Amino acid sequence: MDSNFRREIIVDNASNPFHKEKKDKDFITANTHNESCIDNIDLYVKVQDDKIVDAYFDGEACAITTSATSIMLKNIIGKSLDEARSIMKEYYKMLNEEEYKEDMLGELNAYSNISKQPSRLKCARLPFETLEKTFHIYETEK
Amino acid sequence: MNREDFLMFENNPDLIYFDNGATTFKPKRVIDKINDYYTKYTANAHRGDYDISLKVDKEYEETREVVQGFINSESPNEIVFTKGTTDSLNMIIFGFMRYYLKSGDEVLITKAEHASNVLPWFELEKELGIVVKFIPLTEEYKVTLDNIKKVVTEKTKVISLAHVTNVIGDIRPIKEISKYAHDNNMLMVLDGAQSVPHIKTDVKDLDVDFLAFSGHKMLGPTGIGVLYGKLKYLEVMHPLEFGGGMNSRFESTKELEYKELPLRLEAGTQNIEGVLGLKEAILYLEEIGLDKIHEHEAGLREYLIKRLEEVDNVEVYNPKSESGLVIFNLEGIFAEDTSRYLNHYNICVRAGNHCTKMVKDEIKVKNTCRISLYLYNTKEEIDKLIEVLKESKNIYNIIL
Repeated sequence: MDSNFRREIIVDNASNPFHKEKKDKDFITANTHNESCIDNIDLYVKVQDDKIVDAYFDGEACAITTSATSIMLKNIIGKSLDEARSIMKEYYKMLNEEEYKEDMLGELNAYSNISKQPSRLKCARLPFETLEKTFHIYETEK
Repeated sequence: MNREDFLMFENNPDLIYFDNGATTFKPKRVIDKINDYYTKYTANAHRGDYDISLKVDKEYEETREVVQGFINSESPNEIVFTKGTTDSLNMIIFGFMRYYLKSGDEVLITKAEHASNVLPWFELEKELGIVVKFIPLTEEYKVTLDNIKKVVTEKTKVISLAHVTNVIGDIRPIKEISKYAHDNNMLMVLDGAQSVPHIKTDVKDLDVDFLAFSGHKMLGPTGIGVLYGKLKYLEVMHPLEFGGGMNSRFESTKELEYKELPLRLEAGTQNIEGVLGLKEAILYLEEIGLDKIHEHEAGLREYLIKRLEEVDNVEVYNPKSESGLVIFNLEGIFAEDTSRYLNHYNICVRAGNHCTKMVKDEIKVKNTCRISLYLYNTKEEIDKLIEVLKESKNIYNIIL
């Protein structure tokens, strides 16, 4: 992915994010609560029979976190928790500059260079870390 | 002014530092003092019968007198060294107010206060059943006596305010508020973290009962701060720490006696390098003159506000404040992205809510970029900032 294309994906998703809308009690909610920056996003995830049937987010965050959340949601809706976790695993491998399965990540490949900016790694990880929180809530309450 | 005294500029010639509200650079004189202490006369204070310890002791206590003169307090015994403003405020609230106030008593603060002048009060509210109330701010986010009168009741016992707020940057009319407080049987606590480094603070003239401030925001080292309290209140303040340095005797029968002020409130080996460094910082500021520093900052601020008007997509939230703090956002850009963009050009600004998480209720914006100026900032630095902000249409090409 060349850097212009990568940037275009990020800017598109940051300016017109997918499923950015506050949701109600039918959704499992978790907040980013990042201690090292001011990104503040609520993630709303609806899970039925271990499958993510719908998901939204709301809040204020930097371009990286906002876009990565938007792209993550596009990627995980309709997937099982296990499938979402596999995507998460490959995504983290990519962020850590390890070998990873590019074809599993789609637009998330836009962040393949982010490890070059260590201060932004946290922003890129945030959506998935928060997603894991919602999974944890689902599994504890199941 | 005086940039040549700061090694940070020598070592980082292209750096533009606009985050003085967070911390400040240290003049060579402060660094040399700390270096001398560690290389020429390292010893503990208040202990020794030998020369270097006596020297440390003397300089430690001289600093108290320097601070006393700096804020024009009545006695050096009213000056207690702390870790910083947060520590000082916690001592005031948990060492004094916890015993002075009772359930139902009211304390007035504002939503623009720093966390350190909010959270200890919230904790005391839970513990003691006092009531923390907010003084409404004007449209320009200022505190006025009229607005204070709107929320005062016969149960109001304390007004606790920053002299200069760390986001809006307004200078509060503390003298007037203090007088009103005392006329109505209330105490006045002043958070001087953002004011003492920038404007002359005279505790007698302002007639505040307590003042808290930090060394590192006024060219001094980190980890050192000051608690000022009127003697009659410090006399009854309970220490929050007990141990070495603060007791005069104790027996196996559990009989004990604590030292007189101010040592009673300074348990354990103190931050000696911090105290010695603070003295140099204050002497340095006094040599330049706080009036001159304030004038310099006011001139820069006016210039900055005027030049920011040239940038189409900038919104300034506090154009009318008097201090060297300016908060702004680029239209449609998250504050943190803006600060990262500026960082690309070696311009340091702070992005966020600046530890003032309730101010969003007032200014309706959660996060902002903050420029906080000090004596060593220049018009040329502002010119560079404006030039970079004018090019900010490229922001994503730079930060992504």
